[in-house]
Amino acid sequence: MTSLTYSSDQHASIVAQEQRRRLYSFLTIAVVAIIMVSGYTEAESMNSGGFMHGLRQFFDYPGDVIEEAWAAGWAFWGIVWRFIPALIETLNIAATATILGGLFATIFAFLSTRNLDVWPPLIPVSRRLMDIMRAFPELILALFLIFVLGASSVPAMIAVAFHTVGALGKLFSEVNENIDRRPVEGLQAVGAGWLQRLRFGVLPQVLPNYTSYFLMRFEINVRASAILGFVGAGGLGAELRRTIGWGSGEETAALLLLLFLSIMIIDQVSGMVRRSLVSGNLLARKVLV
Amino acid sequence: MRVIELRKAFGSVVAVKGASFDVPGAQMIGIIGRSGAGKSTLLRMINHLTPATSGQILIDDRDILTLRGKDRHAWQRDCAMIFQQFNLVPRLDVLTNVMLGRLNRHGTVRSLLKMFSREDIARALHALERLGIAEQAMQRAEDLSGGQQQRVAIARALSQEPRMILADEPIASLDPMSAQIVMTSLRQIHERDGLTVICNLHTLDTARTYCDRVIGMRAGEIVFDGPAHAVTTDVAREIYGADDSFDEGVTSTSLNDPAKASDAVAYLRPAEAAAGA
Repeated sequence: MTSLTYSSDQHASIVAQEQRRRLYSFLTIAVVAIIMVSGYTEAESMNSGGFMHGLRQFFDYPGDVIEEAWAAGWAFWGIVWRFIPALIETLNIAATATILGGLFATIFAFLSTRNLDVWPPLIPVSRRLMDIMRAFPELILALFLIFVLGASSVPAMIAVAFHTVGALGKLFSEVNENIDRRPVEGLQAVGAGWLQRLRFGVLPQVLPNYTSYFLMRFEINVRASAILGFVGAGGLGAELRRTIGWGSGEETAALLLLLFLSIMIIDQVSGMVRRSLVSGNLLARKVLV
Repeated sequence: MRVIELRKAFGSVVAVKGASFDVPGAQMIGIIGRSGAGKSTLLRMINHLTPATSGQILIDDRDILTLRGKDRHAWQRDCAMIFQQFNLVPRLDVLTNVMLGRLNRHGTVRSLLKMFSREDIARALHALERLGIAEQAMQRAEDLSGGQQQRVAIARALSQEPRMILADEPIASLDPMSAQIVMTSLRQIHERDGLTVICNLHTLDTARTYCDRVIGMRAGEIVFDGPAHAVTTDVAREIYGADDSFDEGVTSTSLNDPAKASDAVAYLRPAEAAAGA
């Protein structure tokens, strides 16, 4: 019977542990609830309008926008067509920023990875630089650059690219940390130089993941570039700011439709490319080695 | 090649305690010993993958351990290395993997753009043909079996046009059939190209079958150095530090019994000599 008493002891301790775990979960939920309620009360007391009152009107504006778009009838698609150049400008800002940012991110990622025979003192330096670049919100940076360089798409592009270097560089360097060292060692034994080892030992291993993160970042950057239009960078954002300000519902609807569609298309295409990189036998897989 | 008092310490642990041996001409040498006896460290020091703590390796009266930068890379090209885990680039095709053996002969810029010459391609294909895997040239290295991958690694070593080949446990992760193919290939390279081949092995019969000379290591020291046929059971016990219960038959991976295997090699050698002549 000794084994039974032992197991019932064990049983009791497991029950106690489980109860403790539940208590912790409950406390966590309680804390979150308290923060939410107190935050809401605080915000409500500072608001001029009142949240609950505003919430009732919440769907009025989108309703108006859709109504006006509907009223425009077939002419609505003409408006959509008219905004295509603005969309192209936004996509342009995003694409240039992602490519430029991705390029520098690759360099920074290689310089901040421990297992790639980088000069050790350089690693924390490039890591901190990436932290700084990541910490700057695009909007703040764009405001500053537009003030210095004037309102155009170039400062917006630089702002988005700057943030991209930090964000992608961090992800890229994490991919680098997980590589298989053996091919690199094999090339070292062949007498290959440092750049040759990176090119043939590391790059083929990391490129599929890099591409995946790169496409994801492009999608994020399209949204970021659209927002930057609000501070004077041109593209969809600038048009949106104008149409919302003037209360032109059908134009707002057209712009939002374009933005949604383009992000959806980018999302679908990048998903396809990513899947084919990981598993399929598509052209992309052959090109990207 | 002369290895003089080669020593490697990792912190307070001494992996190789002053190893010395001469390689007067082209030889096929098997290094045997327990795991952790310092075999791998010894080979890695010769290739410069692991820096030596002290000692000298003289080749043509030049101490290769003092080489730095470009000279060091050139030496690594001259002494090709084969690994237990093959160390190929898995996502690249077999042909490219073999051509990577020529990286050291190319300028950095040209090689980074993956521009290999017609001659490089021909040489790589020739090496693959020699190892009987030319048909797999356009497949990805990762899609091949272990035995095939190891043959690709040997082809890469050949494309380096090395002066010697170091093989660190080349057959330890292969099945017996693949192991035989790999060891025979190494033996043929030794005989046909006149290259010194130094092999870390963990089975005695493989060392006796394919090597002319056996070096036994125990706890970082060379405890035996002599012709392969001189490795008796007593010598083996000394190398492995085992008692009378030690029976090499238990760990043997040969397909047939040792006597027959050595017959096969005895047959191979005159045939190879005739082919080479």
